Amino acid sequence: MSSLALTHARFQLLETIRIPIAVFGSAFFPSAAMLAFVVPFVGDNAEYATYATVSMITFSVMTTNLFQHGVGVSEDRAQPWDPYVRTLPAGAAPRFAGRILSGLCLMAVSLLPVVLIAAFLTEATVTGAGFLIAAGTTFLIAIPFILMGLAIGYSMPQKAAIVVAQVLFFPLAFLGGLMTGPGLAPGIVEDLAPYLPTGGAARLMWSAVGDFRYDFGSIAALVGWTVVLGGGAVWAYRRDEGRRFS
Amino acid sequence: MTLARAIEVTRRYGDKPALDRVSLGVEAGELVGLLGPNGAGKSTLVNLLTGIRRPTSGRVELFGGDPRSAASRRELGVTPQETGLPASLRVGEVVDFVSAHYDNPLPRGELLDRFGLTDLVRRQTGGLSGGEKRRVAVALAFVGRPRMVFLDEPTTGLDVQARRLLWDGIRSYSADGGTVVLTSHYLEEIEALARRVVVIGGGRVLADDTVDAVRGLVAVRRVSLTVREPLPELAGVSDVERDGDRLHLLTGDADRLVRDLVAYGIDFSDLEVRPTSLEEAFLALTREPAAA
Repeated sequence: MSSLALTHARFQLLETIRIPIAVFGSAFFPSAAMLAFVVPFVGDNAEYATYATVSMITFSVMTTNLFQHGVGVSEDRAQPWDPYVRTLPAGAAPRFAGRILSGLCLMAVSLLPVVLIAAFLTEATVTGAGFLIAAGTTFLIAIPFILMGLAIGYSMPQKAAIVVAQVLFFPLAFLGGLMTGPGLAPGIVEDLAPYLPTGGAARLMWSAVGDFRYDFGSIAALVGWTVVLGGGAVWAYRRDEGRRFS
Repeated sequence: MTLARAIEVTRRYGDKPALDRVSLGVEAGELVGLLGPNGAGKSTLVNLLTGIRRPTSGRVELFGGDPRSAASRRELGVTPQETGLPASLRVGEVVDFVSAHYDNPLPRGELLDRFGLTDLVRRQTGGLSGGEKRRVAVALAFVGRPRMVFLDEPTTGLDVQARRLLWDGIRSYSADGGTVVLTSHYLEEIEALARRVVVIGGGRVLADDTVDAVRGLVAVRRVSLTVREPLPELAGVSDVERDGDRLHLLTGDADRLVRDLVAYGIDFSDLEVRPTSLEEAFLALTREPAAA
């Protein structure tokens, strides 16, 4: 079964890579945001630049997964290939796993320039261990956003999925405190953020690269979100029958 | 052994029923044609039997289990719509992808060879001609050495030679004990391959019998003749089409009609009597519920 997941991942990566502009597109936005906001405003303060960089990474982890899976899946479901794949003798697991793997690969590609920009154009700094922990954390925090994307992608048609992904990502970023450094957000955001998937993810990232303390309440909330979003994704997949006509 | 079964199955989209209490069984080794126009409900029926959709009410079974569980589909092969092949991927990659889902797939070379696709293995599917895509789609149904295949219009749009080749392939699969369900609104295909025809129209099974019986069910013959005078009232004529001087009469008893024409001393020429095609039989069947 795990080899089938790899097959699905490979198949999806091949499809993406054959249209290289798609890879470029997902790498462009986070790099542009780094250059426009982080480099000029907090680039020369090591602590702020480091936190801002991982906040930006969290932000792009959320957006790439939300769009890649939310919009990507609903787009795939509209293709006549999708019902065919559903007649093959495999359940949801290898398809989900394959999608997640290929999504993670593309996410890593899109994050690489962010890390390079932070390293060469800002004072952001991190220890070797901190870097490894942050890299591992990046993949961990991707999980809830992947599941959120899958839940959206499998539960609604393409046009609705685009709108929902767009409507969700900004408030999630703002209320999760991604637009501000640790402890600098308005009061209500500070209270709410730890319990939102974005805030919980950002806090894990901050702890990975700096002195920010692990907040177990926030981690528990993030695990809770992951379980709920996972349930939502599986539910949406099971009830999905491809594109609907009435 | 019944490999696929629908029991009193109804499927609605919104409040529009696509299938209305349909029951059907497909036995091992059968070669069944599902015949009906687009929108008749045959795709919906196939989607239910292959686990893509679930019925609103009633029950479907595949190899004795629920078609929506992956285990029930281990010995199933289905053709994708040829328009749906992932355009940027190569034929070989698509075959490998499908193979990976089965326990004991046909080796890639053997499959490609059997369907005459060996030369296309490196081509991206988006660049194939319609006929080539169709052949790839049919080949994909056979990747997993299935006991039963659902083929959707397998040879529509193929040239005569490619069609004969595929027909031979399907016949030899069937002769080796394979079970085939063929959907088509392309009648020659079903007449050439199927022994049993299920006619679906308006979400119901209108007929379920041998090809000959379905044709005989309406037993309509078309009598064509050229006349310049008006015809008297003739018994047993169900429909008259006029094409200039040429008249086409549909009747259940052509012998009697011709005798009557002679007895009335009608001055006709170019008499032609021919059996109706399956298409005409099928049109008569689908028209029936509206008339009743």
